[in-house]
Amino acid sequence: MTHQAAEFIFPNDMSGVAWTVMIVLYPYITGLVAGAFVVAALYHVFGRKELAPVARFALAASFSFCAFATLPLLLHLHQPQRAFFIMFMPNFTSAMAGFGFIYSFYLTLLAVEILLVFRSDIVAMAAGTGIKSLLYKVLSLGVLRETAKSKQIDAKWIHALSVIGIPAACVLHGYVGFIFGGIKANPWWSTALMPVIFLASAIVSGIAMLIVLYVVYSKVRGVKVDDECLRSMMKTLWLFLILAVTLESLELLNMAYEAGEEWHILSRLVTEKLRFTFLYVQLIIGSAIPFVLLLIGWMKKTSPRTRITLGTISGLLVLVQVLAMRFNVVIGGQMLSKSFRGFVQYVPEWYGREGILVAMGVFTLPFILLIAVTQILPVWKIDAHDH
Amino acid sequence: MSCCDNKGGKDTCCETKEAPVGLLDANESRREFIWDAVKNFTFGALTLTAIPIFVEKADAEEVHTNSDGKEVKGHTVLFGYLVDTTKCIGCGGCMLACKKENDVPDGEFRTWVERYVYYKDGSVRVDANTKGTFAFTELPPIDPKEVDKAFFVPKLCNHCLDTPCIQVCPVGASYKTKEGVVLVDYEQCIGCAYCVQACPFGTRFINTKTNTADKCTWCYHRIQHGEKPACVDVCPTGTRTFGDINDPESEISKTLAANRIDVLKSYLGTRPKTRYIGLTAEVV
Ligand code: SF4
Ligand code: SF4
Repeated sequence: MTHQAAEFIFPNDMSGVAWTVMIVLYPYITGLVAGAFVVAALYHVFGRKELAPVARFALAASFSFCAFATLPLLLHLHQPQRAFFIMFMPNFTSAMAGFGFIYSFYLTLLAVEILLVFRSDIVAMAAGTGIKSLLYKVLSLGVLRETAKSKQIDAKWIHALSVIGIPAACVLHGYVGFIFGGIKANPWWSTALMPVIFLASAIVSGIAMLIVLYVVYSKVRGVKVDDECLRSMMKTLWLFLILAVTLESLELLNMAYEAGEEWHILSRLVTEKLRFTFLYVQLIIGSAIPFVLLLIGWMKKTSPRTRITLGTISGLLVLVQVLAMRFNVVIGGQMLSKSFRGFVQYVPEWYGREGILVAMGVFTLPFILLIAVTQILPVWKIDAHDH
Repeated sequence: MSCCDNKGGKDTCCETKEAPVGLLDANESRREFIWDAVKNFTFGALTLTAIPIFVEKADAEEVHTNSDGKEVKGHTVLFGYLVDTTKCIGCGGCMLACKKENDVPDGEFRTWVERYVYYKDGSVRVDANTKGTFAFTELPPIDPKEVDKAFFVPKLCNHCLDTPCIQVCPVGASYKTKEGVVLVDYEQCIGCAYCVQACPFGTRFINTKTNTADKCTWCYHRIQHGEKPACVDVCPTGTRTFGDINDPESEISKTLAANRIDVLKSYLGTRPKTRYIGLTAEVV
């Protein structure tokens, strides 16, 4: 006789999930870092010159998000004062141990690339006197003279850093996927596709964020949105959205088709517990609708005005989609009790160190930094040779 | 493996005894086989590949499994734990003893006792006493007329040989002692809870008093002095046995040798050292 076991979760699961909203936010932010960088790299490395209007801004955005990527982790740790143990005494069998190194490497790379890209402007602005020029003197790292030769060398370095930055961004974010994908105890996580899924959704979220910010900033600055640039971003977003959703669905389809031992609980997870955030938000509102909107949006026939509207709406929807995806992976996976007989309760916490309010606060910080960066550096300037 | 009846000499016995279903890594045994064959040029080594006619090993020295699951010569203590589910009456005395001994906060569990009830209609109900009192009073009563069978399954950390929890700990705060006991260094743990995610058995939790990962230690502070874990001492029915599984004369070794032994979730390859008598397919 086959037995149907009734609901039962392991007693330690009764206290709820161990990774909460901060661990949803962490991959969301690193995803934006990687995604925005990819846009900059499309311009610098892959010669997508139509992206020139956002190329500098993309770097600034990537840096701003990267600067705060560790904050959610710090807030999540139960012993935050020991956070640096992860770099001082890393245990390299752990997928998590590389985090400190990969992150520091990437942040440094971004900072250096930004300083190089903006070097001419920094040098020019460092010339005067007063507090402001002092800031630029610091940013110039003491190099206050530019020659044709030094510009050439800088250009080479920018190219090199962009090239290195692409695999680095893949590692930074693919690695986050691996943290989940490498957990054999959890059938909702344990798949080799996880790093690729994370990567694809990261790129998607980064482009979407840039579209939205570009449109908003253009309105604020009272300048025209460059139609070719927007169109190119929408087209790229559309392509990566297809890739991301295909991978996400493929994983689910495979689980459903194989219908292994754990499918009975996974299917309930998808249709009951994650019905709203997965089926409705991630698949329909965040994927199917923007798919259509973007498709209409990037077609040549569409008027620039409509394109802006469609781009902004689909950008926002995609941003929600990726957030939902992070939630569905991180929280959804933990809803499965390891007994595979029932679900762990997830009660969103509003207040407290790991609460939603703090998470929202943390998420505004990159934007504040980004505004500051746009004040200090001419992020909207288009590189001279692309005029 | 029928040779493991303790009559064929301890060498042959310990090889099979240390490796009931799902415990021996196929690659490892193959690697060792090749290595031994090369080393000794003798068919005696073929006993490792379980050809029972060559029962005598070329090397007569004692061979044991150390805490990394590797075979070593000479005696090393390797602790193991055996739960005989057929003896458990679900009193929950072990849970109370553990809580007291290790100051485990309410709602967090280093050990617990699950109850499996098989109804005549084919359904199985699983529950556990989580109130930290005697289970008899906490679990809803069952009507024997409606039930085919029912039994209790005590759970605790499996002190796995190949532990995912140690593997994932980013700072090495989860570690294994030389006797094969998996512990958390509470001074080093950063409280990231990655190990909580990685343990397939739900035995880890973040202790709200210490703000670090926590789990069963087999009462390491007691067993170092030759005492038994509190739960083993307190169990009135002898459900729980603890001892050196490398010592063929220990009580646990003899019981392991004489019974059909199983482990939880063997398909995940963690090679638990907490082993069970009387599991069914429904027990996870
Ligand atoms: S049962 Fe869990 S906590 Fe214990 S050793 Fe195995 S994986 Fe680690
Ligand atoms: S919670 Fe502590 S023991 Fe567990 S993985 Fe993190 S640092 Fe290691």
